[in-house]
Amino acid sequence: MAEIGRLTGTRNGLGFATPVALLRAAFVLTALMVWQVLAVSGLFYRDVIPSLEKIWTALIALVSHGDFYWHLGVTFQEIAVGLVIGALSGIAAGLILGGNRFIAAVFEPYLYYLGPTPKIIFFPVMIMWFGVDSGSKIAMGALSCFFPITLNVAAGMRQIDPVLIRVGRSFRAGPWQMAMKIYLPAMRHPIVNGLRLGLGVALIGTLLAETKLSNRGIGFLVIQAYNNFDMPRLYAVLLVLFVLAIGVNALVARFGRLDEIKYK
Amino acid sequence: MSTARLIAPRWLPPMVGLASVVALLAVVELLIRVGLINRFIVPLPSEVATSFARVIAEEGIFQRFLQTAWECFAASILLATFGITIGVVMHRLPLLRRACETWVAAFASAPLVLAYPLFLVLFGRSTTTIIMLAFLSGLPPVILKTLEGLSATRRVLINVGKSFKLTPAQQFWKILLPSALPTIFVGIRLGMIFALINVVGVEFLINFGGLGQLINELAERYDLPGVYAAICFVILVSVIFFVVTERAERWLRSAA
Repeated sequence: MAEIGRLTGTRNGLGFATPVALLRAAFVLTALMVWQVLAVSGLFYRDVIPSLEKIWTALIALVSHGDFYWHLGVTFQEIAVGLVIGALSGIAAGLILGGNRFIAAVFEPYLYYLGPTPKIIFFPVMIMWFGVDSGSKIAMGALSCFFPITLNVAAGMRQIDPVLIRVGRSFRAGPWQMAMKIYLPAMRHPIVNGLRLGLGVALIGTLLAETKLSNRGIGFLVIQAYNNFDMPRLYAVLLVLFVLAIGVNALVARFGRLDEIKYK
Repeated sequence: MSTARLIAPRWLPPMVGLASVVALLAVVELLIRVGLINRFIVPLPSEVATSFARVIAEEGIFQRFLQTAWECFAASILLATFGITIGVVMHRLPLLRRACETWVAAFASAPLVLAYPLFLVLFGRSTTTIIMLAFLSGLPPVILKTLEGLSATRRVLINVGKSFKLTPAQQFWKILLPSALPTIFVGIRLGMIFALINVVGVEFLINFGGLGQLINELAERYDLPGVYAAICFVILVSVIFFVVTERAERWLRSAA
């Protein structure tokens, strides 16, 4: 108790030294130390757990080389195109399902149960349809994100306050005006949330496809490091990838919430 | 709502759904037979249907199904054990929770399955790799839902426990855990879904094990009707899995 009292007392002086921050720092330091001990212990085969310096060197080598940004650009482009295709078709399908109870009752069960199935198994089919280049990766991304976006948009549309819809009707808004002025603004949360979930799965779909069959992209870098048994580089690529993925996800989530504050 | 029900009887939507699927397949079949779709890219639906029997008979699908099921089962046991334990510990120690809950949430959004080459190095091309990846990918939702369930225990219930002078252990086993169980099961179900996706996905990617490998193998043999049949089979298995766990979840919620 006295410990906590003292720690909270110091918070006024040192803003960062809260118990939570200290505990986090302790965790990180312990993890790094355990890692380093394991690395030099010789318990594992050489380089399976590389030392921190090796990973750091590999990380610097990775991000200071122009090649990495080219691969990153390729992957970014594939995910972006896949997400745009998946989002546009997903939002359209979601609006149709959300707007008509009968159509929803007919088709939504299929989407609902297809949604969580493993998408990567469609990759051989996508290769046949769209070729071994970027096409099949984009298709994987689009296919992966279509389901969460559709289901979120459909559910979001059903939750719109009926008063808003009656207001639109009483102003004799046309279908296009209803969509642009009533439905879409009222549904920005489900849409942003659907996009966030969709982005996560599109990223996984695209990158996994790249590891399976490709000669460019971050997924390719991962599998290339594995094939060359360059473990420090493998750790470095994965580290960068995880930081980017978590960062983008947090950014989109923040974006969705910022909206909420602004409009309410 | 009521008008919709008056117009459409309950059996109509599933019937229309089924009819549209059949119609779609018939159109695809026709387009391929006419030659508008290349049959070396998309196989005839009728050919896919007939290759079901062949795939089941020749590819040891039952064995593969058991292998995939076993991997999912092992991952689920690990998930439940570690996920609930970590969740309970984090609930007990608020400081730990404040330090780590966002980390767990961030961990949930990391594309962990992409680390499969790393797991190949650590555990070899084996069942262990598949189970470990499935386990770790499904872990965050179990932890987060356990925390959510325990924190949402109603104040009244806790006070009842206090007025009976329950020990912390009794308080946990008799009050907190039973009240959190439905929410925890939601987490376990989510974790199991992630585990299933990752098991099949990693089997496909590393060409090892059960149903996922079957698809990879048939694709490498360029047995297109077989690939489509195997994909349909995997989807069927996962849908059955979702329906069963969903029923279990609903039953648990109504029982609680």
